Amino acid sequence: MPVNGVSVFVNLFLSGRLLPSSRVAPQDFVLSRHCFGTGFLFSGGDRYTRKVYYMHEEFLMGNEAIALGALAAGVNLVAGYPGTPSTEVLETVAKRRCEGVYVEWSANEKAALEVAAGAAYSGARTMVTMKQVGLNVASDPLMSLAYIGVKGGMVIMVADDPGPISSQTEQDTRSFAAFSKLPCFDPDGVSDAYSLIGEAFEYSERYGTPVIFRPTTRVCHAYASISVKDESEWKRNNPEGFVRDTSRWVIFPRLSYINHGKIEERNARLSKVFSDSGLNTLHKPEGSRLGIAAGGISYAQVRETLTAISDVKPALFRVTTPFPFPEEKALELLRGLDEVLCVEELDPVIERGLTYVCGKYNLKTKIRGKLTGDIPPAGENSRAVVDAAVTNFLGIERNSKAPEVTDSPPPLPARPPVLCAGCPHRASFYAVKTAMRGRKSVFCGDIGCYTLGNAKPLDMVDTCLCMGAGVNIAQGIWRVEPDTICFAFVGDSTFFASALTGVVNAVYNRADMILVVLDNSTTAMTGHQPHPGTGVRMTPAAGGEHGGKISIEGVLRGIGVDAVETVDPLDQTAAVDCVKRMADMKGVRAIVFRSPCIVLFKPVSAAVIDSEACINCKACIKTIGCPAIVLSDGKVKVDGAQCTGCGLCVKVCPKKAISIISR
Amino acid sequence: MKKNIILCGVGGQGTVLASRLIAAAAMKRGMSVMSAETIGMAQKGGSVFSHLRIGDELYSPMIGLGEADIIIAFEPAEAVRMLPYLREGGTVIVNTDPVMPVSAALGGSGYTGGEMVEYLRRSVPHPVTLECGKICRELGSPKVMNVLLLGAAVGSGVLSLTRDDIADAIRERVKAQYVELNLKALNYTV
Repeated sequence: MPVNGVSVFVNLFLSGRLLPSSRVAPQDFVLSRHCFGTGFLFSGGDRYTRKVYYMHEEFLMGNEAIALGALAAGVNLVAGYPGTPSTEVLETVAKRRCEGVYVEWSANEKAALEVAAGAAYSGARTMVTMKQVGLNVASDPLMSLAYIGVKGGMVIMVADDPGPISSQTEQDTRSFAAFSKLPCFDPDGVSDAYSLIGEAFEYSERYGTPVIFRPTTRVCHAYASISVKDESEWKRNNPEGFVRDTSRWVIFPRLSYINHGKIEERNARLSKVFSDSGLNTLHKPEGSRLGIAAGGISYAQVRETLTAISDVKPALFRVTTPFPFPEEKALELLRGLDEVLCVEELDPVIERGLTYVCGKYNLKTKIRGKLTGDIPPAGENSRAVVDAAVTNFLGIERNSKAPEVTDSPPPLPARPPVLCAGCPHRASFYAVKTAMRGRKSVFCGDIGCYTLGNAKPLDMVDTCLCMGAGVNIAQGIWRVEPDTICFAFVGDSTFFASALTGVVNAVYNRADMILVVLDNSTTAMTGHQPHPGTGVRMTPAAGGEHGGKISIEGVLRGIGVDAVETVDPLDQTAAVDCVKRMADMKGVRAIVFRSPCIVLFKPVSAAVIDSEACINCKACIKTIGCPAIVLSDGKVKVDGAQCTGCGLCVKVCPKKAISIISR
Repeated sequence: MKKNIILCGVGGQGTVLASRLIAAAAMKRGMSVMSAETIGMAQKGGSVFSHLRIGDELYSPMIGLGEADIIIAFEPAEAVRMLPYLREGGTVIVNTDPVMPVSAALGGSGYTGGEMVEYLRRSVPHPVTLECGKICRELGSPKVMNVLLLGAAVGSGVLSLTRDDIADAIRERVKAQYVELNLKALNYTV
């Protein structure tokens, strides 16, 4: 790690990652001073401006680096909706922001993008944060905003999730960028993400267009010790305010036609600019016949593989701007090469880009990657996958460092994620299961912790598609099977984000269904963010004033739901009665199961098993699947460290051998 | 110099803090650090890992198969799960107390943890085994298991860090009232 100003300056210089700009006069260059504690001075800047920055080192998560990079770029407003792996970006902006930076969790991604667009119309630098499937929700304003453009820099931070590790799709936001015609930036690591987000703002503002910034899970959730600017070095941006201009801000077919032409012309220009910018780097040793092209974390994996290979040195092309594709730089790579391997995750974006360039310029270079079966079509590019692909491509013996296994290991216990011990969702699912025993019913699930209700022994999720879909899917199933009682389970945050139109649809079309709102008063799965039902805001106004708290029951009644009842699922008797009552009614009915997320409280009680009374029938284990009930030497035991004393096991024990004691 | 460290266990066992302490101590020594870990849905009772890399010329936060210098395992089956990452002659520090998954209770898979420790003893020259549950009861809190294992890892000499380095990191990052307890855990294996 460089420890003095000069070496860091050189690093930044060589990385070629800063914009050529003449915004700062050369006399701004100041000689380095001494360093004190962690706040020591690094001289940074680019080869043209030589500005000196006070910097310090921090161990940051990729998402934290993105947040600090946006703050350093003078972001004024950040809006988003939680979603793994994007969530920590907005949270870090809220935690580390300076005065005057506004941050909100919006009701959903569409709302976030529109709020940010309005602020960017008014000259503010704005950032929107979401995961890849969130962009589907925000795609309506996104597609139109691409035609209208922005005044202040606007970065749409969309985290992709190869694997997928915690998502329902392996969609590629680089492809979405091409579809929406918006420039896209793809960082290859934590340090790169920090500097690249600043460049994304610069390009956005210079070209008057929103841009997409697309890290992936292994960038978002990786950590690295990196140098970041001190707060005193952050850019301050004072928005001009909204300037009325109907020929600019009002979308009409004629304007879209004119702007479409301009966008295509701009993107062609940007392809050239990106080729020359230093963002897309090319190392091409003299006489090379083979090349590797990669972007994002795959580029880092390729670098790691190549450090262990000394006998072959392929040309190496890093694609940081997959759209507009840096065609001229690609041509520089391809000329004279026999073959190029494209290492990327999700879609074959670089591979298609290079194949296109080969066709256009009539080059004979063979392009390999996902389309030729050299890179797996789906999933993450692990180190092992990249090692194998690169060594195969280079035609060298793979020197596997993994010790040979002669003695195969005993079967490993599977550890699928489960609902936490004491989770109120378990009680809700169990109440519905008990009440509907013997009756024909379908349980439509949704996105959140409660998707885990699908695990055995609960087995209470028959469908799950995307945010809010369960409410409508239940209606569709009922249209085909009118004798089935159709349930839709939805969490409180998801209810406000995406389920409201589904309830409106059910009431309007006189469907017959039971909506179950699992209200644990937080967005639990992504790490307990507030939402409209809690009334707590990410950044309360001066004086601590929080937001408007919206009543779920009030909304349901307002829409015209036939019956609405609220019950605590941990009161199993009342909960089961409520479900039975609702099941015997017709129309659109709603049950709000309200009990707070258990993770937010320190448990005050715990279950104990009377070993005399317990007959070891394991009914408690077989019915509710609570992780706090364990088998120890064949006997049922309560794991005191996990148990929260919710009491659900007490209800299911046929011998009344379980009781609750205070801690 | 390059050190590849894998910490693994089950969600909620405190692998992340242990990883942070090593990172903080290494940074104080002027070394570069990269890491990657399990975050999100998989944390809920699932297998969790932290890849931690210290040293020069680091590009990826991920450790490749056969590249780990040390595996610090909070659970025996998780140590075995991560074993393909260990390099020839690498070190394993392992807590021998098993964590039973819900599926084991349901299906009666017969997992006891002991078979995993046996396997480790057969596969790795000198695994360091610790009965963390018992030792933690002795120390007075189940929460210091991570620092206890960290102490053993430092003792192995593989980390290129001293107990004092980790102790400094503990003093900086752990709440004042728990510092002494953690230092006791750190030095238990001396």
